[in-house]
Amino acid sequence: MNSSAKNQDPRPKNNIQNFSSSEFPNFDICIIGGGPAGLEAGIIARRLGAKVMIIDDNPVLGGQLIKQTHKFFGSKAHYCGVRGVDIAGILSKEIKDLGFDVLHNATVVGYYDDDIIGVLQHDKLLSVKARAYIFATGASENMLAFDNADLPGVYGAGAVQTMMNVYGVVPGKRAVVIGSGNIGLIVPYQLLQAGVEVAAIIEIMDKVGGYYVHAAKLKRAGVPIILKHTIIQAQGRDCVEAALISKVDGKYKCLPGTEKTIECDMILIAIGLSPLCELLYQAGCRIDYIPELGGHVPLHNEDMMTTQKNIFVCGDLACIEEASTAMLEGKIAGAKAHEVIYGETKQGKEIAQQAKRELAVIRSSPFEQRITYGLNKLK
Amino acid sequence: MDGYLKEHPILEFKRGKKIKFFFEDREIEGYEGLPIAAALHAAGIKVLSFSERYNRPRGFFCAVGKCSSCLMEVDGHSNVMVCMELLKPGMKVRRQKGKSQKQ
Repeated sequence: MNSSAKNQDPRPKNNIQNFSSSEFPNFDICIIGGGPAGLEAGIIARRLGAKVMIIDDNPVLGGQLIKQTHKFFGSKAHYCGVRGVDIAGILSKEIKDLGFDVLHNATVVGYYDDDIIGVLQHDKLLSVKARAYIFATGASENMLAFDNADLPGVYGAGAVQTMMNVYGVVPGKRAVVIGSGNIGLIVPYQLLQAGVEVAAIIEIMDKVGGYYVHAAKLKRAGVPIILKHTIIQAQGRDCVEAALISKVDGKYKCLPGTEKTIECDMILIAIGLSPLCELLYQAGCRIDYIPELGGHVPLHNEDMMTTQKNIFVCGDLACIEEASTAMLEGKIAGAKAHEVIYGETKQGKEIAQQAKRELAVIRSSPFEQRITYGLNKLK
Repeated sequence: MDGYLKEHPILEFKRGKKIKFFFEDREIEGYEGLPIAAALHAAGIKVLSFSERYNRPRGFFCAVGKCSSCLMEVDGHSNVMVCMELLKPGMKVRRQKGKSQKQ
């Protein structure tokens, strides 16, 4: 090919360069996602002696912990009384001390033949190959369909929490929150802490979905939690100016004549999360619909192994739960991924067994019945 | 710079250098290293783009790089996820219309 032909390359021009995989030597274990689950998995696998790499799409590690200003519940072993943002700091420091590779601002864009993954970092496309993968991609917030749901001002509750607690910017002055699960209770409380007004929390069920202790804090602060109601319309021209809500009957159908308008400039949707399992589909792992675990989830056994024996999952990707359970699942995944490569070790076996015991204790609470029911479907 | 939280009972915000950037040719102040979307909302700008068919105003939804609701034109590139892209001095940010005509 001469130089003039080269200049007439018909392919669209972009900034993505194809880097050879030699730039990234092969790893034992590659972890996708640097949240609580992924970080714990990395720490355990590294401590057991594996060559580990973590890929994360943010500039800092910690995943969604970095926006969690509330203190954790549970036992001391699970960081009880410590704020999420501080747990992120503790885990990140341990990662640094253990000294393994971390790719920041990098997104995994595909899982290819021969177990190679494509990673987009800034304008570069990298290829990485590992002997085992631990996916800890987390989840994304669910959207709710109602009239004008696409109006600016309708935000995920977690999104506003990120804006407010990580960047110090609140995208409104008065909020209506849809859903009273733990996110729907914690975020409005944090809005109050930041000096933002919370007009109401709307819940379609006949009782609050999250922990009573969170709801009680809001009640004391004078925030109404309106049960048996749902949102039917966001009102406003260019941005949200009000929310139209309606009472529902026993079958969750709106009752005509019960509509009420609440003035607000933000509508926060806190109706749950869905696991981010697209890459697992590509990798050929079996995915099933288990609503109790959050929707479409990759099938996995007690060792957090998917239907592909070199691919593990942990955290919200495996089951929508809490950060404390995500960290325990991460420990199991880290130990078991190491075992798949190097065979069983005494230390690895003990770590996994201990984490399984602690998970069983947390999940024996009556609050976690739904999760246990869902996990039984995996068997 | 009124849109930024100043006092908070728990958090202390470490912000970068104060810089200037452009939104639809208008000069705006922001902090270097913040996501573009955060700087725009601090300046009271919530409409980030317009939908392809009905030209409806659109804002962000997830703020963590998952939903693609916040795509804007930044320095001539379309489809830039402004909840993840960090602010640099002199950046030119524009509302995107539909899929945009730019590369």
